[in-house]
Amino acid sequence: MNKVFSKPKSMKNASTHYCPGCGHGVVHRIICEVIDELDIREKVIGIAPVGCAVIAYDYWDFDVTEAAHGRVPAVATGIKRVKPENIVFGYQGDGDLAAIGTAEIIHAANRGENISIIFVNNAVYGMTGGQMAPTTVLKQKTSTTPFGRDKKRDGFPLKVSELLATLPGVSYVERVAIHDPQHILKAKEAIKRVFQNQINGLGFSLVEVLSQCPTYLGHSAKEAVRWVAEEMIKEYPLGVFRQ
Amino acid sequence: MTKKVLMCGNEVLAEAGIMAGCRFYAGYPITPQNEIPAYMSRRMPEVGGVFIQAESEISAVNMVFGASLTGVRAMTSSSSPGISLKQEGISYLAGCQLPAVIVNMMRGGPGLGNIAPSQSDYFQATRGGGHGDYRQVVLAPASLQEIVDLTVLSFDLADKYRMPVMILGDGILGQMMEPVELNPKSIPQRCSGQEIQNPKIEKDWVLDGCKGREPRVIKSLLLGEGELERFNLRLQEKYALIKDKEVRYEVLYGDDSDIMLVSYGTTSRICRSVVERLRRQGKNAGMFRPISLWPFPERALKELAERINKFFVVEMSCGQMVDDVKLSIECRKPVYFYGRTGGGIPTEEEIIGELQKGIDAGC
Repeated sequence: MNKVFSKPKSMKNASTHYCPGCGHGVVHRIICEVIDELDIREKVIGIAPVGCAVIAYDYWDFDVTEAAHGRVPAVATGIKRVKPENIVFGYQGDGDLAAIGTAEIIHAANRGENISIIFVNNAVYGMTGGQMAPTTVLKQKTSTTPFGRDKKRDGFPLKVSELLATLPGVSYVERVAIHDPQHILKAKEAIKRVFQNQINGLGFSLVEVLSQCPTYLGHSAKEAVRWVAEEMIKEYPLGVFRQ
Repeated sequence: MTKKVLMCGNEVLAEAGIMAGCRFYAGYPITPQNEIPAYMSRRMPEVGGVFIQAESEISAVNMVFGASLTGVRAMTSSSSPGISLKQEGISYLAGCQLPAVIVNMMRGGPGLGNIAPSQSDYFQATRGGGHGDYRQVVLAPASLQEIVDLTVLSFDLADKYRMPVMILGDGILGQMMEPVELNPKSIPQRCSGQEIQNPKIEKDWVLDGCKGREPRVIKSLLLGEGELERFNLRLQEKYALIKDKEVRYEVLYGDDSDIMLVSYGTTSRICRSVVERLRRQGKNAGMFRPISLWPFPERALKELAERINKFFVVEMSCGQMVDDVKLSIECRKPVYFYGRTGGGIPTEEEIIGELQKGIDAGC
């Protein structure tokens, strides 16, 4: 009998702790598939963020460390500068990358560090219980915007990909989504590219993945997927912003 | 004879770091330690190392975190306000058991304070300025020659115990020039442990890709029931070993003194002159100088308190190390304190005057 589908070698045989319908599991798996396909598992050093994905190392079967909240790009910089032969990637959520770690991501990008960043934007803080994220869209209700995000009080959704695309040190930025199989395949291509760019020494590459958090969007898994496809993409258009 | 060179303390420290095998430095400008990053920016490329001027103190310490987890000897430096920002990273280094050397050339605080020398970060350095149940080794040089020795020692201890080590100096030590031999001498006096010099420590925990071995994880999140408590107790065992093996101090006239001045770093240089002056006047004064501020030389001080009747602590702060002196001697003998703060530097005359007042008051 031919085996036609199995877990990637880079993925541990474990069930994830993520909520039903959460996008993290899909993104984790895509990363592992890409690492297998590029045959870089033995060279990879991953950096887990603070947030729901902090224990990504329980699912990834390669070297992984864990950075303080928002500091993934600084830790990645330290690793890659002394170990250029390794493939260094960071995995960050929207609170981690776009709020507490804004300085780190902008400056790592601006230095053109030859690292790969997977930025998962689900418009909400998941781990801490659904607070407003920098990427929460206007009028979106969260536990700290109970009446909806108000631009006067809370400011505007932060568009990380557009922002980083203005920096000359950045080699590639793309925003993708994972709400249906077609988009998942496109997301995989983009994730493969951020790794391939590092292998080719092209410098800083980031892919922003729009993802769904059914629990804190207050939706069913199915409805959360629809929300990303119909509402979130309006605020965060997909596409390549710099290459 | 080894050639002596004239350099400022910050440069001496940077070169000693290079000699110790430091091959990664990240920092952020702040006075009075700017000569360290400037020196490293020139020197690191010559030895095949990495220098990065980071966007913040926070980033700098996290870059050190990243470099250290690959096994490279890594260092960052700053001065008081910047060290406050590094505390998050230091706590993570401790939690992940990563070696690193952090230099604090102290200046006046609180807040932005000023750029004059100070010793007011003693609490922060020895009590763990970051969160959690952790300790860091803190070494306090008093001369440029000692900066050489203690910098090399810092890297050795950081690797040996897999933990952050802080070199606690001040603006005077960083800025002043003295002739030094750029050759680490024997580790300072009365080291209670074994001397170690550039040991070849096998780092079997680094992340460098999982080729030919099982994947490794370096982390500090321990969510399982009782997991963090067990880990913290293991850290405590390590700290107990350090308290046993790595205490360092110097005693001047320990055998025949009636009063013992206690001071560290720059202040101890002034107190040394005070002691010699008093001796010339026929007064039996001595000095106790902690070199390791953590582990603090508790036992040595306690033993001294059996035959010495008065202790006089001098600091460039409003009184921080004085707490450790009192704890060490269990308040069995009077402890008098004199300090200057906010950039004030005690003079010999002031110290002698205050000492006399203390004696007159029957302290």
